[in-house]
This record gives sequence, structure tokens and C-alpha cells, in this order.
Amino acid sequence: MSLHHSTAAELGRGLAARQYSSVEVTRHFLDRIGRANASLNAFVTVTGERALEDARRADARIARGEGGPLTGVPLAHKDIFCTSGILTSCGSRMLSNFVAPYDATVVERLDAAGMVLLGKTNMDEFAMGSSNETSFYGPVKNPWDTAKVPGGSSGGSASAVAARIAPVATGTDTGGSIRQPGALTGLTGFKPTYGRVSRYGMVAFASSLDQAGVLAQSAEDAALVLGAMAGHDARDSTSVAEPVPDYAAALGRPVKGLRIGIINEFFGEGLEAATSAAVRAAIEAFRSEGATVEELSLPNLPLSVPTYYVVAPAECSSNLSRFDGVRFGHRCKDPKDLMDLYRRSRGEGFGAEVKRRVMTGTYVLSAGYYDAYYLKAQKVRSLINQDFRRAFGKVDVLMGPTAPTPAFPIGAKTDDPILMYLNDIYTIGANLAGLPAVSVPCGFVDGLPVGLQIIGPHFAEGRLLAAAHAWQVATDWHRRMPPAYA
Amino acid sequence: MEWETVVGLEIHAQLATRSKIFSGSSTAYGAAPNVQANLVDLGYPGVLPVLNREAVRMAVMLGLAVGARVARRSIFARKNYFYPDLPKGYQISQYEQPVVEHGTIEILLEDGERKPIGVTRAHLEEDAGKSLHEGLGRASGIDLNRAGTPLLEIVSEPDMRSAREAVAYMKKVHTLVRYLGICDGNMQEGSFRCDANVSVRPQGAREYGTRCEIKNLNSFRFVERAINHEVERQVELIEGGGQVVQETRLYDPDRDETRSMRSKEEANDYRYFPDPDLLPLVLDDAFIDDVRAGLPELPDAKAARFAREHGLSEYDAGVLTASRELAAYFEEVAAGAGSPKLAANWVMGDLSGFLNRDGLEIGASPVTAAALAGMLKRIVDGTVSGKLAKDVFEAMWTERKPADAIIEAKGLRQITDTSAIEQAIARVLAENPGQLSDYRAGKEKLFGFFVGQVMKATAGKANPAQLNELLKKMLAGP
Repeated sequence: MSLHHSTAAELGRGLAARQYSSVEVTRHFLDRIGRANASLNAFVTVTGERALEDARRADARIARGEGGPLTGVPLAHKDIFCTSGILTSCGSRMLSNFVAPYDATVVERLDAAGMVLLGKTNMDEFAMGSSNETSFYGPVKNPWDTAKVPGGSSGGSASAVAARIAPVATGTDTGGSIRQPGALTGLTGFKPTYGRVSRYGMVAFASSLDQAGVLAQSAEDAALVLGAMAGHDARDSTSVAEPVPDYAAALGRPVKGLRIGIINEFFGEGLEAATSAAVRAAIEAFRSEGATVEELSLPNLPLSVPTYYVVAPAECSSNLSRFDGVRFGHRCKDPKDLMDLYRRSRGEGFGAEVKRRVMTGTYVLSAGYYDAYYLKAQKVRSLINQDFRRAFGKVDVLMGPTAPTPAFPIGAKTDDPILMYLNDIYTIGANLAGLPAVSVPCGFVDGLPVGLQIIGPHFAEGRLLAAAHAWQVATDWHRRMPPAYA
Repeated sequence: MEWETVVGLEIHAQLATRSKIFSGSSTAYGAAPNVQANLVDLGYPGVLPVLNREAVRMAVMLGLAVGARVARRSIFARKNYFYPDLPKGYQISQYEQPVVEHGTIEILLEDGERKPIGVTRAHLEEDAGKSLHEGLGRASGIDLNRAGTPLLEIVSEPDMRSAREAVAYMKKVHTLVRYLGICDGNMQEGSFRCDANVSVRPQGAREYGTRCEIKNLNSFRFVERAINHEVERQVELIEGGGQVVQETRLYDPDRDETRSMRSKEEANDYRYFPDPDLLPLVLDDAFIDDVRAGLPELPDAKAARFAREHGLSEYDAGVLTASRELAAYFEEVAAGAGSPKLAANWVMGDLSGFLNRDGLEIGASPVTAAALAGMLKRIVDGTVSGKLAKDVFEAMWTERKPADAIIEAKGLRQITDTSAIEQAIARVLAENPGQLSDYRAGKEKLFGFFVGQVMKATAGKANPAQLNELLKKMLAGP
């Protein structure tokens, strides 16, 4: 069996047992990136030298007996995380010259765990998109079918892990940007509770929704990496001081007795029949393992998409104001005055989708429109929150589809932003309510993966990972690899 | 028509924290450009603000000091606009829910009346950087050292009716923030500055006129002049058949005029919304009680106590409590000398005169409170006369020596020995027989002449009371 057929957890065990060195593992993955990246466009930057340095350091650490379960295991970071001395492009022309002067907390912590940085992955520009087609660096391809999108915005991370050119990767999820690409590429995509992982050093899209997480081959991998990156950070006021449990140790919890709620609103119009069938079959399987299942209504949840497309653009319009061509990032040539500098630097630096959202956000915050849009959206947001709270009074987890369809062809939805936005119809709710959620592979439709979404109450990461793990012990969907990249 | 002036002030007090309001950078003034700007201050991608608790404590101190309501929950918002010295493209400022609301500050009017001025609110915010346009050729520079410095914006009600009232209010706030130790009050460095909202209305009218906001006021004198100028401009405009347009005007101290900066139509839409990077600021009673317990004695309370305990006039008590340092100095002198009245006269008189002359703050006085008290004790016990004490004080100021050493060295000790004074009188009487017989013939006005002669003979050192008594007796004849 080749090294890339191992999960991150398995690689960690192999490294600890000295079956192979981190340098060997790292070379193997760098080699695979070298051969596959051209067809996938998953990486913006490959940090080969840095990776080998990290690997040598990890090997020395393991030799001293000081390694942990992830020491020496390679990973890729979404190009939204600041990495000191390395291009941090955020998929944008605006930051195509931005070498970050510091490490994000997530980067710092996974570095401290001894993980090896393979490089930075492609993404929708500033994490705005559901197909990875808005990147300045071009669209990312889905390894299951390179004519299809991998989902977004963490499409590069998803594509890289699905093609096993990286064992595991970080992502960020503002409206589904980890779970939806996870579903579309057959991965375990985990978005923690808002505040569980520090946002420090993560280029902000929508601050009240953004949360870092993992794109992994298994729930076990997600548990290990999440455990290493989570925890309070004094540099992020919204990070929570809750202690981080040992997620990996909690994976053995049985499914028996788990109370599952099916979100009725997720199975209506717009959900493709075969996807629906695969998701329902998965939930049935949980029932047969001893879980109880009941159907629930979350009446305000269908308002998630319009709510999100007011709140997220509002925050992004302000968050992206710092990209003004003055201190960093793209600056237009020969500005004739200050206004010209702003207009052209931003006009040239941002792509169409980013501009659309900045303009939408500016509009909804404007005097005279604030109450009708932003304030109303915040009210709906708290209603959605209440719906979830009520549901979690009755059940332990909620289940449903992650995305309405499997991966769609590149270019199919680029002309219709509303159609594109509806891709996140099932994922946005968890962001608005700040809940942890995971997508796990639960079957295939026409050779393309389908994801089951499991949503839990705040800080129920362990419960979600245990459910996902139990599912993966019983099934092998997550171990299937895209034939072209096996 | 008689016009009434209506003024409200927005005072920006830079809080005296060591580090910035949302980052760990130093707030010290005068460093080389941009050396006190870290990644947070520079608004780098991915950085986040973390609130400085010390700034919160200071805001609460001000709130408690003006009898305001301290909000148990307040919100930081983003004020969005583009400017090169505003790195993030927004300023973090409290907007809809400030930390302090509904306070009062009393000012003393010229006629001795007290007038309460409403403090609408005080909110925390970050300062912007500075744009530099000089010495860089065609380019402009940006210095972000000041970006992120904590400010407390203290907003008054439109309760002031003249430029003088506005200045009295501003001085009162200035005194207060320095008492509390939350602002150094340095107006030259911009630590304490204000914007004035000015309007006029016919005397007796209920409705306010259209107001203009005057920016860039960083001295008491400018506030007075700018308001007076603006009132004149508005009255002339209205009386000439025009209308005041709501706008922001800039005061130019060099030309002593205000000029339009931007009209209401040109005003930015700041698109305020709660900053999602910062949690609501929640204060519990324990914290507020703790701040209250740590409050120093406030100026009004101190002035009332001075008046009560030391028998000072309200005016004197006010002068002596103008700063915490001055009040402490006075109290030390009063206690040391054993005579509060004498202490008050000297502190407000000679000491203040010398400080003004040399441009010194009380803390830098060459004559310490203990030294001045030592000198006043020599007046009280009769060692020196009040008149010669002025010479002693001047010598103390320049030579920085204690009073006793100077009295000794210069031989300024008062003559209180009765026989010595009698001898001097006898000599003067003997030397001036003509005046003596005139006096005894009824020309009593000559008494002053004899006092002068004896003082001259004793180099001014004769105890005046004793001299008077003995002279009277001896002039009357054996």
C-alpha cells in the first residue's frame, strides 16, 4: 500500500512506529503534487523546501521521543491563513503580492504539533464562492471528474485531500465553505463551533460567521487536527475560553441511543432525488444501529440564504476596506490622486464576485436601508438560532444533506449568482447559529460523492465526530479514491 | 434683534493608557513615524482587535465622576470611511450604546451662579493616524503611531449660552480628567481637543437654530475665539437675509476665521454597524464598585472642603483646586505653616506669579511646599516681616535654599528685642528734634515719618507691631 493511501492518523502512527520518516512521507506527497497539481490547480504555492525542513525537524523530534500523533504528517493550508514569509493570496489579485509577516494562530498551532507544511491551497477569492471559480488563480478541478467543480470556497484544500496529494488540509467555513466542498469531493469536512478555533491570522470575510476547520479523509483525522488547532486565543476576542476535550479519545462513543432529528425543510424542492435517497439511506443506517430518528421542522431555516446574503456582504464590505493600495496588496500604476489610487487599486485588485458582495454590503448598511436589511437580517438570524435551540432540546444532532446536488460542471452556474448561492442552502444555517457541523461521505451519484451533514449544538464537536466515526467504521465511502489519482 | 448663542461641545480626551485601545503598541508621544504601529495598528489582513481594559476603567471613572449612568452593556461599532491615515477603512467607536450616558458637570458663571451642563454621553473610540504633507516633495506621508490611541469622546448637551460658558465647561472637563489621571490634558500634543457645535436663535426662542460644527479646536483661547467668530458670522448671515447651512467648518487660528469643510450633503455615510470582532462590553457591579472605590477626591468636593475646613472663599477654593497638584501643594503648605489663609495668599500670590513668570508647572516649582511652609512659619512666629518675606521667597526661588538659611545669611531676622527697638527710636528722635516738637504740637501725621526713619535705621527689620507701640509711647514723652 502506498503512503498516500493512509489517512493522516495512520501516517502519524507509522511515523511514530518509525516505519518511515517524515522526509520520506513529505517527498512522496511533494512528488504527487508535482505530478497532479497541473490538472487540479489545487495549490497556489508549494513550499517544497520549507516542507523538507519541517520534515527533518519532525523526524528529529520523533527520534527524541517527543512527537505527537500528528508530528511529521504533512498538511496544506488554505491560502486564507497568514503564513510568515509565504505568499498569502486569499485567491485574489489584491493579495497576489502579499507575503504575510506573521503566522495565523491555526498555522502556529499545527506547526507546534509538528505538522509539515506542503503549501497553500487555492480558494474562491476572499472565500466568496461555492465552486472555486472566483479565484484569481483560476478554477480548481474536482479529482472525481476534472470537468466538475470541487465546491468552494475551500476547493483547493478539498481537491488536494481528495486526490491524496495532501493527507489533510485546513479550510474555513463562512456559509458552508468546508462542508460543501467536502461533500462534493468525498471528504470529511468539519466546521467547529464559532469561537472554537481562533480567527487570528485568517483573512476575514464575514467575521461573525467565519470559522476555521478541517478537510480530512476521516473523522479520526478531523478529530486529531481539530484538537491541535482549537482552543482559546487571547488575540481573538471572539475565541471561547472553553477547554478543548480529547476529540480522538471520544471517537468510540456508540451510536446506540443517539437522538437524530431530520430537518424537514432540507428535503423539499431543489434537493436532487438521488442525493436525497443517499442521505435518507444513511440516516436509516443510523437508526438500524440503535439511534432514534424523528422529523423536525425549523420553520425559519429557509430564510438562511437571504439572511446570509445580507449579513455576510455587510461584514465583508467593511472587512475588505483595508485593501486600499496604501500599505500592502495590489496598488494601481501611477495613481493621479488619492481617489484614483483607491478606485483603480480596488477595481483592479478585486474580482467580480467580491465586488458584487462589497457593493451589496455597502448598500445594506447605508443610511435609510440599514433597518430594512441589516437589522432585519439580524432579527431573522436570532429566530433561526431559536429554531436550532428548540430542536436541540429534543434531539442530540440534526441530519440532512450537505449540498443539493453532487459536483456540477465548471462554468454551469457562473452566470447566475442566485443559483450559485443556493448551493449553500443547507450549510448556511449552522454558520448563522454558530453551530458545529460536519459533512461525511454517504454514497455516490453517477460516480460523484454525496455528503451527509450532521449538525450539533454549540461545543458538541466530540458528539459529531463520534457519530461520523461510527458511520465510517460501518462504511467505506470515505476510503474510496478518485480513480485517476489513486 | 437680540440673538442667543447655543453651544454644545464634543471633547476628545486621549486616555493615559500605556498601550493602545486595541493593540499592545505604546502610546508615547513624539516617537519617529510608524515605530509605534504594529500589525494590528496597520490593519494587516487577519489581525483582530483586543480591548484594553485600562481604557474601560478610565471611561468608567469619568462616568462616575460626572454622576452618569455607566452602561452594564455597551457596543463597539465600526464607522466606515476611506482615508489613508485610517488603516482598516473604519474606525472602531461606540455608537448606539456608549459606556457612559446622562451625566452633569457644573460650571461657575461670572456672576457667581452655578450652572449645570448636561453630559449626553462619553464613549470609547480609537484615534486615527496622521497624514504628513510637509517636507516630502509631492508625496504625502502617513504616521500611524497615533492610530489606535484610546480616546474618550465626551459629548455635552447644547446647554452653553456663550463662548465663555463653553470655555468654562471645557476647563472644568480639563481639570476633571487630569484629576482622575485619565488624560494628561496636553493640548499642544492634541491629548485634549474639542469640536464645537454652534447655533444662534432669537432671544427667547424655543427652537434651536441650524448648527455648524467647528473642528480643530485645541486651546481654550481658540474655542472662545472660534465660537465668537462663528456666532458673528451666523448672525450677520441671518440678518442679511441668508440662512445658516448645516456643515462642518474648520477654525484657522492664523486668520482667526472658520471656513467650510464639508456640507451635510457631502457628509460621509459612515455605515455604522456593530463590530463583529469585539464582543459587547459587559461590566458588572463589582467592577464598577471597584472603580468607584478608587476614585480620588474630585475638584468640586475638594473645593467645598477647602472652603469649609480652611475658611477660604469659594473663589479661592476654586483657584486652589484647579489641579490636583496645586491642591496637594496648598494643603501641604497650609498644614506645615499652620495658617491656611496665609498659605492660600502665598500660593495664589507670589508662588503663582513666579510660576507664571518662568512658565513652570506647580510640580516643577523650585520652592517645594515644605520649603514654603517653612518660610511661612517664620512669618507666623515673627522671625521675618511679611514685607521682608518677599525677599526671602525670591532668594529661595533662585538659590533653592530653605528660608532659615536665607534669613540667616542675609541677616533678615526681624528685631523683636524691645530694648533694641527703643534704642533705635531714641536715636531717631534725637536726630529729628524739629519733627518731634511739631508732632508733639499736634502734627500727628508725622507718625509715619518716624516709622519710616526707624525702619530705615533697622534696615526694615524692626517688628512693625512692636515698633508702632513703642514709638507711640516714646513720642508721647517721658
